[in-house]
This record gives sequence, structure tokens and C-alpha cells, in this order.
Amino acid sequence: MNAAHGIQSAAWLLVVLPALSAAFLLLMGRRADKWGHLLGAIVPVVLFGYAAMLFFSIKSESGQGRIRDLHLFNWIPVGGFNVDVGFQIDPLSLTFVLLITGVGSLIHIYSVGYMSHDEGRRRFFGYLNLFIAAMLLLVLADNYLTLYVGWEGVGLASYLLIAYYYNRDSAATAAKKAFIANRVGDVGLSIAIMLMFAYLGTTSFNGVFAGAGNLSHGVVTAIALMLLLGACGKSGQFPLQTWLPDAMEGPTPVSALIHAATMVTAGVYLIARSAPLFNLTETGRTVVTIVGAITLLYGCVCAFGQDDLKKVLAYSTVSQIGYMFLAVGLGPGVYAIGILHLVGHGFFKAALFLSAGSVMHAMNDRIDMRRFGGLAKVMPITYGVFVCGYLAIIGFPFATGYFTKDKIIESAFDKGGTSGWILGLAALLGAALTAFYMTRALLMTFHGAKRWEDDVHPHEAPRTMTVPMILLGFLALVGGGALTFGGGLQNWLEPVVGKPEEAGVHTISPTVLLALTLVVVAGGVAGAYLVFGRRPVPVTQPAGSPITVAARRNLYADAFNESVLMRPGQWLVRGLVFFDNKGVDGAVNSVAAGFGGGSGRLRRIQTGFVRSYALSMFAGAAAVLAVLLAVRFS
Amino acid sequence: MLAPYLPIVILFALALGFAVFSAVIATVTGPKRYNKAKLDFYECGIEPTPMSSGPNRFPIKYFLTAMLFIVFDIEIIFLYPYAVANRVLGIFGLVEIFFFIGTVFIAYAYVWRRGGLDWD
Amino acid sequence: MSALTAVPANILAAGTNNGAFVTPSISYAAIAPILIVLAAACVGVLFEAVLPRGQRFYAQVALTLAALLAAFIDVIAIRGHSVVTASRAIAIDGTSLFLQGTILVLGALAVLLLAERGVEPGSAIVAQAAVVVGSPADRRLASSDRVQTEIFPLALFAVGGMLIFPAANNLLLMFVALEVLSLPLYLMAGLSRRRRLLSQEAAIKYFLLGAFASAFFLYGVALLYGYADSANLSDILRAQNTSTQSDTLLYLGFGLLIVGLLFKAGIAPFHSWTPDVYQGSPTPVTAFMASCTKIAAFGAILRVLYVGFSVSSWNWRPIIWTVAIASIAVGAVVGLTQTDVKRILAYSSIAHAGFILMAVLAQNAQGQMDVSGLSSSLFYLAAYGLTTIAAFGMVTLVRDGNGEATHLSQWSGLARRSPLFAVTFTFLLLAFAGIPLTSGFTGKFVVFRAAYHSAAPLVVIALIGSAIAAFFYLRIVVMMFFAEPAEDGPSVVIPSALSSIAITVGTGATLVLGVFPQPLLDLADHAAKLRG
Repeated sequence: MNAAHGIQSAAWLLVVLPALSAAFLLLMGRRADKWGHLLGAIVPVVLFGYAAMLFFSIKSESGQGRIRDLHLFNWIPVGGFNVDVGFQIDPLSLTFVLLITGVGSLIHIYSVGYMSHDEGRRRFFGYLNLFIAAMLLLVLADNYLTLYVGWEGVGLASYLLIAYYYNRDSAATAAKKAFIANRVGDVGLSIAIMLMFAYLGTTSFNGVFAGAGNLSHGVVTAIALMLLLGACGKSGQFPLQTWLPDAMEGPTPVSALIHAATMVTAGVYLIARSAPLFNLTETGRTVVTIVGAITLLYGCVCAFGQDDLKKVLAYSTVSQIGYMFLAVGLGPGVYAIGILHLVGHGFFKAALFLSAGSVMHAMNDRIDMRRFGGLAKVMPITYGVFVCGYLAIIGFPFATGYFTKDKIIESAFDKGGTSGWILGLAALLGAALTAFYMTRALLMTFHGAKRWEDDVHPHEAPRTMTVPMILLGFLALVGGGALTFGGGLQNWLEPVVGKPEEAGVHTISPTVLLALTLVVVAGGVAGAYLVFGRRPVPVTQPAGSPITVAARRNLYADAFNESVLMRPGQWLVRGLVFFDNKGVDGAVNSVAAGFGGGSGRLRRIQTGFVRSYALSMFAGAAAVLAVLLAVRFS
Repeated sequence: MLAPYLPIVILFALALGFAVFSAVIATVTGPKRYNKAKLDFYECGIEPTPMSSGPNRFPIKYFLTAMLFIVFDIEIIFLYPYAVANRVLGIFGLVEIFFFIGTVFIAYAYVWRRGGLDWD
Repeated sequence: MSALTAVPANILAAGTNNGAFVTPSISYAAIAPILIVLAAACVGVLFEAVLPRGQRFYAQVALTLAALLAAFIDVIAIRGHSVVTASRAIAIDGTSLFLQGTILVLGALAVLLLAERGVEPGSAIVAQAAVVVGSPADRRLASSDRVQTEIFPLALFAVGGMLIFPAANNLLLMFVALEVLSLPLYLMAGLSRRRRLLSQEAAIKYFLLGAFASAFFLYGVALLYGYADSANLSDILRAQNTSTQSDTLLYLGFGLLIVGLLFKAGIAPFHSWTPDVYQGSPTPVTAFMASCTKIAAFGAILRVLYVGFSVSSWNWRPIIWTVAIASIAVGAVVGLTQTDVKRILAYSSIAHAGFILMAVLAQNAQGQMDVSGLSSSLFYLAAYGLTTIAAFGMVTLVRDGNGEATHLSQWSGLARRSPLFAVTFTFLLLAFAGIPLTSGFTGKFVVFRAAYHSAAPLVVIALIGSAIAAFFYLRIVVMMFFAEPAEDGPSVVIPSALSSIAITVGTGATLVLGVFPQPLLDLADHAAKLRG
């Protein structure tokens, strides 16, 4: 690893600049209302420019020379053990930096128009810049602990932005849900970090990867699974997926940037970054693929039950990230494909969300697809961008998905054995379902009869919104091809995640598989057209089949969480509170009341009495002595 | 092992015996002539506080005085061990005990100046 | 309440020399910070006696702050000292000095809060404690600027006790220190200007339970004396290798002793007083208790365990395991249902006590107690104390017509009334939750790291506990930012320079120790040395 030099040594600006701008915007107060959003929007553009310069400076190196380390300062030194804060500038982190700042810039510019009527616009841009700072810290960190700082930071920003419309109950609830799911994931990540300390005494990527080879298989698997738990929390993967669709309560640019293009892919980044760890544990990788496969199907099924356009896209995000997990779980050589799909997804999902936002903007913030219809003529630019994203996501020939998603399907089959067949078929089925629900969304929104309410007068969005949309639509269409041209991205990532696997024996010949994929996708499109394109769409939700109902209810994931996780938790809380307040005294009194039959005594089960506190202390002391003596005489 | 403590036990027994003996002999042999004043509370020669409910209420002033007495009483008891060890401790002990008396006087000054010793 | 300097030393000396008195040698330089504070307290009592009422408040505040500052400067001046003095009753070593310095700084910040008169005429302290609640005189005095200024000498006495407590190498002196720090606190808890009945109830509860705990402590000391023939910690340690007495005496004595200490540190199941007392006490006093008392109590626990019982650590580890888990569970889970900000912070302090206690479980490769446990808890204590002072300091600023508004529902929409307040308080809550770039994260990190090798499952439980606890901090944030402000809700009062300094220092330290903790970590590392 080489030290960063020249322009690379200013990489700390990538984090400091947006952090400063966020602090400035949040603390300036109303004085900055007039121009604050402009400052907020310029920052990511400047960062993108710098990141591009970084890219060329790294590109001029070759092989391992492309991995650069920038040591910043010594953060936590404790007893012969140091946590240094440093950045690792390498192809992987740089890919993310470019994605975050690039897509980020476009979405910031879009937001200037989208949020123009919102009085909290300055605050909104403050949060967005905070997010950019935390996300860049996450991907640039050269050790797990600094990564964790960014990890918590993006969580905070995401939380603040989901609850941006805090006077809506649903937004506050969604924010809480996101917070809880993320905390569960964070516990996983922090346990993984603790395991690294305990067994390796370091958290730096280099140190961990170098030492991981000497660890027992069980420990590596434990670390990998805990990392996976963290990744699942952040990326909305099974079983922590339910927060992501609810997170659409945030403003649409947020959904596009954070909950589609960048933050939610942090889990994929974490696993790709930890490639040397996952390479050592077959079990860990298998679990990743299973999580990916389950989630990708789950997302598809739930997506076709939704009438809310943003929810459809959200479930589609869940499902597409499932594809990425599947890819990075397949192991050496396929990591790059996962990242490829991630970048491509960043383009097309951002385009889809921004056009959904444009529709919302035009329809007085209404998002029910049953109330859309026939918008293609009124909003041609939005329609065009949506179609670009649509073609990309279903994998229409030569659009982005064609190059990225199909590769994942191919790799899944190539895994070989029964598991390869299962994963491959799951991915293939996912492609058909994706085509089905995306076609449904396209038809319900832009085609068919007008089903608008009377007070709605849709119109095309202003220039600040359409220009970023067009750029993203263009990227969605050609981005995949450009990135894979001549093995571009895969070769670029090679120093970090390893060589792309040589095409050995294919389970199914690529040509056949390609044809097969196109056939199922066409089947999905045709199916959706038959169901939704030829019949008028009812304005109210029909009863629907049991599957539709289940899909509308997110396959009962919320109900499951409530009955399996929330209720026992509440019981635990109630139990502990009861014991804490009434505790021993209460128990003793109840017993006494039981024996004496005096109902009057039951009334004494009250709280706040010194005697009950004293009694609980006494019981505690007795327990302490009992344990000590038990240990002594055992 | 307990042999050195035997005299203390005997002393306790004697003290207890004397107390029990005195109490018993007084009730057995003493004359019993009650009047109202004898059954009333003793409050330093002034009119007893009227009782509304229950017999156990005294004005706070009594407690204050009693507490102050106990505080100073207990503090000054520390002079005894000092007196016993006076020779061994020498000038060091003398200086320290003056500090000690000084701190007690600070408390005394506080009580006095803030009216702790005034009855009304 | 007096004569700490002379008499106990004599009595203690008597214990180890078969009844013959000897002149103890005392290193006055080493105990000078303690002497300064106690002497100033005596002067404070004299001030009360001689100064006219109008001058007392300012004289007391100046005296108290000057004494704490002087003592702090002296602690710095004698850094590096390592002596056991006064007939081996006091050990002035790195750990004592670190804790003493921390207590002095936090004590001074708490005194700044006590002296705050900008948010309420006459400060948060009652005008005259002996006036019957609700009487005409009480109502008249409530809005006057009179103050029961005795609280300042009381605070100094308490600080004096806290300085001795973690330095006491002899259990009898430790008991004396325990009482010297506790008795003033019992009084201080009852001196609130508003909600006086609640405050007095808190004082009585604290006193009764404290006396109860002291009895445990003293009984434990008696049994240990029976076992080791000495109340000196290093003698007790030696006796564990040589004594022919029954071990039962040792373990019963240890158990009772540790119960008394766990009570002071507010660790479940000996925590039950914490929420009521924290809620009822005047908030500046709560700040004082939650930071300084906790640090002193942990200092004593650390010394007892590391100096007196390090060889029998395998026997007491299960106890520490259990109470640490109980503390984290009770603090994190019961805290969820609380609706009063001060009670929430009280439960948070119970959970934090559990986190700190984990550090003593740290072991080195040979299975002996590891010094990393000591240094990490020193850091955690300092960091937690600073954040706590700032947090309670901020609680005093949210007021309506009835004084402080501490019910959670009254905090709804505060962010809109005072964004700076809400952002700062959120930052402090994030520190309690252990989010990175705050001192709370660094503290948890070093403690967990120390404990991980020898108590991995406990660390996992603690991580889960802190994840749960994060949720109730979040409730406050949600209330402040994401709820509609009430019509006649409270407002945030702008305090005078005193509170502002305390809050700024606490918040600033929380940030600095999160981003750049190295100097304090190094200091704690250097300080982690105990003399027996």
C-alpha cells in the first residue's frame, strides 16, 4: 500500500467540506434561507469535480499502485492499540465516491426545484450535505471503526430525512421503524468489530484481512455473519427489510439518493469491501446468497401489490439490492458484478424516483397510481425518463440492466450444483416478476384513461428538475454498456476485489441463458399488459386474490415482526417495570395477601414506598451473598 | 479466644442486674399516689404542648436542643482517647486536638450566631 | 463532621498496633487538596455564622469556587505522587489523583449550576428549608431572592468526602468518607425551591436507604476485620493468602461491603432510590450527584476490587457479571417507559453504571485483573460525568410558570422554540447513546475493548442494551423535533454566564473527547496505578 500524494492528500476535503456546509446551513438559521440551498447544491458538484481529478490521478497508476492510503490522525490510542483515522483511496472506494457525488449532484440540483415551495428547504439541504459527508466517510474509511462512524452518520441523516415531514404521523413512525431496524443491524456490525479486536487486535482493513487467514473457521464465519447482519439492517434485506418501503415518507429526492442509489447499497459495499473475509468462509457466502435470493423474490412479489408508485419503486429497490447481495455472495470474481449492478442501479433507480417525484410534483403530491393514468402526453419528458429507467431495470437489450442484471443471473447458474440451479432460477424468476410489476407501474401511471381528481392540473416540471432527470435517464440507458465496455469496471476494481473469474464451464450456455432471460422478461411484460393494459384500472382497490392481498400487506412481514418481536419485547418491558416498581415488596405482599386472605393488603401493592425499595435492596444483598457463597463452596 | 472479654461480660451482667433489680424493687416497695401533674408530659417546667391526636408529639424546639447536645457531647468524647494517648502522640497530638476543638467551635459559632440556642 | 484530619488517623493507627498508639506520619503535601476543600468548608460555615445575609451568597459562591480551583491546581501540582500515608489509611496514587481532579472539575461545574440565578430569582435552592411547605411564609419566600446558602459549604463537605473516598486504603476511613459525602447529599437533595414536598420526600428516601446501605457496608467491614485482623485493604489482600480463618467470613464480608458500594454507584438491584432522588432533588444537585458521587463511588469500588480482592477475582466475578447485566437491563428497558426527563436520565445513569462496571472484569492472559479495566473506567467516568453535568444543566433551562418542565410531553416541539437548545441536547443524548464522534462512544469503546477478552457475552449483552437504550434517548429527540409544540408549553430560558459555562464545558468536552480523546486516554493510562 502506498501513501497518498499530490492531489490525493486533500481527500479529507471530501468529508470536511460537506460537513462544514451542513453545520453552516443548520446553524445559520433563517438568515440563510434565501441562498442556503444554492450553497448546499454547489458542494456535491465541487466534490464531484475533485473526485474526477482523483479518478484520473489513480487511473494513471497500475495494479496495487491504485490503492492509496491517506493517514489523517490517531483517534483512539489505548494501551498499545491504535485506531487511526485514515482514508483508503482505491478503485472500489473511488467508484462509490463518484457515484455518490455524481448522482448526488444531480439530485441536489433537482431538489432545488422540487423543494422550491417548502419553507424548510435550507434545513433539507443541510441534512442532505450531512448525509453526503457521512456517506463519503463510510466508503473512504480505511478501517472498520471509522467506517462505523460513517455508518451511524448516514443512519442519522436518513432518520432525519425520513421524518422531514414530521407533522405527518406516518413519517414519524416510519423514521422510528428505520431507526430500530438500523440499530439491530448496527449491533451486528459492532459485534463484528468487537470480534476483530478480540481476535486480531486491529480494525484496519489491511490488518484484518492479513490476519484473518490465521483465525479459526468459526470465528471468521461469526465475523462474516455479524457483518452481514449489519449489511441487512442498512440495506433493507431480509429479515430487516420492512423499514425501507416505509422510508418513502421522506421527500422524493431523498428516496432517490439515500433510499435507492447510495445509502441502502452500503451493505453491498460492506460485503464487497470485506471480500477477503468472505472468501474464507463458504458458510458466510452461502448465507449472503440465501438472504439475497429471498429478498429479491420478496421485493418483487410485494411490489406488484402496491398502488403507491414510490412504494413500488421501494420494493423494487429491496429486490434489486437482493440481486446485489446474491452477486457478492457468489464469491471471488463475482464481487465486481455486484458492484456493477449497484452502480447501474444507482443510475436507473434514481431516474425512476426522480420521474416519480416529478409526477408527484405535478399531481399535488398524490402518489396513488389508481389516480394517475394518461400522463404520458402531459409530461413527455418525465415519461421519457421513466421509460429509460424502465428499460434499464427490466433488462431490455443494450440498456443498463441487460449488462448488469443478466450477468448476475448467469453467475448464479454458474455456481454449479443444486444451489446454483436454485439461485439461478430464483434470479430468473425475479427478472420475470420485475418486468411484470414495472410494466404495471408504467401502464397505470402514464397510459390508459385519465383518472385524476378534479383539482389536479398536471404539468411538466421546471428546468432545474428536468435537466438532472434527462441526464440520469441517459445514464440509465447507456451507463451499463459504458461501464462494461471492454470489461471496464471489472478490470478497474480488480486490485481490490480480485480478478473476474475466467469463463470456465457454464451451466447453461450464455447465449441460451440470454435468450431465456429475454423470453421470461418479455413474458412478464406481456402478462402485465394483458392484465393492466387492456382493461380500465379501477379507481378503488379491488378485493383481489389472496396472493395480491398478501403482497399488499408486504407478505405479512409487519404482522410477523409485531407478533414475534414486538409483543415479547413489550412483555419484557412490562415485566421489568412491574418488578422494578413493585418488585419484591409486591411479591411479598401478594403472598401475604394470598395467605391472609386480606384484600386490603393487595391495595398496598403500590409504587414509591421506601420500604419496598429497602426490601428489594435486601433481596439483592441476599442474592449477592448467596451467589458468593455458592461460588465459594461449589 | 474469648477469655480477654470475660470481664466485660461480667460488667454487663452486673449493670443489667442492677438495673433490673432497681426497677423491680422500686415498683414493689415504692408508694403509689397518682395525680394529674405526674401523668402529664415533662417539658422543662413550662405548660405542656396541647395534644390534638396521639400522645407522642413534642415541639421541634426540644429535638433541636437535644440534637445539638448530642452532637457536641459526642464530639467532645473524642477528647478522652486523646487524653489516654497524650504522651505517645506528643506535640503532634496536641496540635491535632486543637484543630479538632477548633472545628467543633466553628459549628458552635454557627449554631450560636444563627439562633440555634435561642428558645423563642 | 469535623476532625477528619486528626482523629481517624489515630484510631486507625490503633488498630494495627495491638493497642499501642504511635504518632502517624502524614504526608501533608499529598493530602493537601483534601485539606483545602475541607478547610474551605469550615470557613464556609463561619461565613454563615458571621456574614450578614445579603453578602452570604456571593461570598459562598466565590469561596467554594476558589477552594475547588485551588484544590484542582494542587492536584495538578502533585501529579505523579505515589504515597500511602497517615498510617497507610490514604493512598495518593495515579488513580486517586485522576479521580480527585475529575471530581473537583465536575464539582466546580455543578457549583456553577447551583449558583445560577438567571433562570430563577434566588437560584434553584429553597429560600429557607425549615419553613413549612405551603404556609404563607413559604409562599412569600418562594419568589424572594433569599437562598439557603448553607448548600455551598455542604457541597464542599461532600466534595471533601468524595476526594477521600476513592483514596481510602483503609475500610474504616472509607466508611468515614462515605458518611462525609453522603450526609450533606441527603440534605442537599431536600433543598429544592419548587416542588418542595417531592424534594423532601427524595431526601428522606435517600437518607433511609443510604443509612441502610451504610449498615451493610459497616457490617462487611466488621466481618473482614474479623477475617484479616485489619481493615487495611492491602492487609486484607495479604490475609487471603495467609489467613487461617474461614473463607466464609471473607466472602460474607466482601458481599456486604460491595453491596454498600454498589448502592452508592446506583447499580441494580441497589438502584431503586436513583429515579426518585434524581427526580426530586434540585436539578443542579442531581447533576452533582449523578456525576461526582458516581465517580467517587466507582473510585472506591475500583480500589476495593483491585487492591483488596484482586486474588479472589474468580470468586466475585459472577456477582459483577450479574449486577452489570441487571443494571444494563433495568436501565435500558425500564427507561423506555418513563415520561419524565430527569427520570429518563436517572435510568440512563443506571445503565451507564452497568457499562462502567464491566471494565473491572478485564483480565490479562494469565487470568489476573488487567490494568486496562482500570484505565478505561477512569476515562469513561470522566467523560460520562462531563456529559451528565451538561445534560442536567440543560434540563434546568426548560421552564414554565411552575418551574422546570420535565415531563416529556412538555418538551414537544422545543426544537422550534429553541433550535440551539434542541441540537445541543440531542448531541448530549447521542453521547449517552454511544454514537461515534462523541465521548460516549469512546468511553464505551475502551470499556468494551477491555472487557471483551474475558467477558465477551457480557459485551454482546451490553451492545444490545445500548441499542435499546438508544431508543429512549430517541424518544426525547422525537419529542423535541417531531412533535407539535403545545399551546402553553414551556420555553427555554437564557441562563447567566454561570450555567452557560458549565453547559459549554460539558458539551465541548463531550465533543472533544469523541473526536480527539488521545490526551485524556493517555492521562488515564498513566494514572491507572494503584498503591496498596
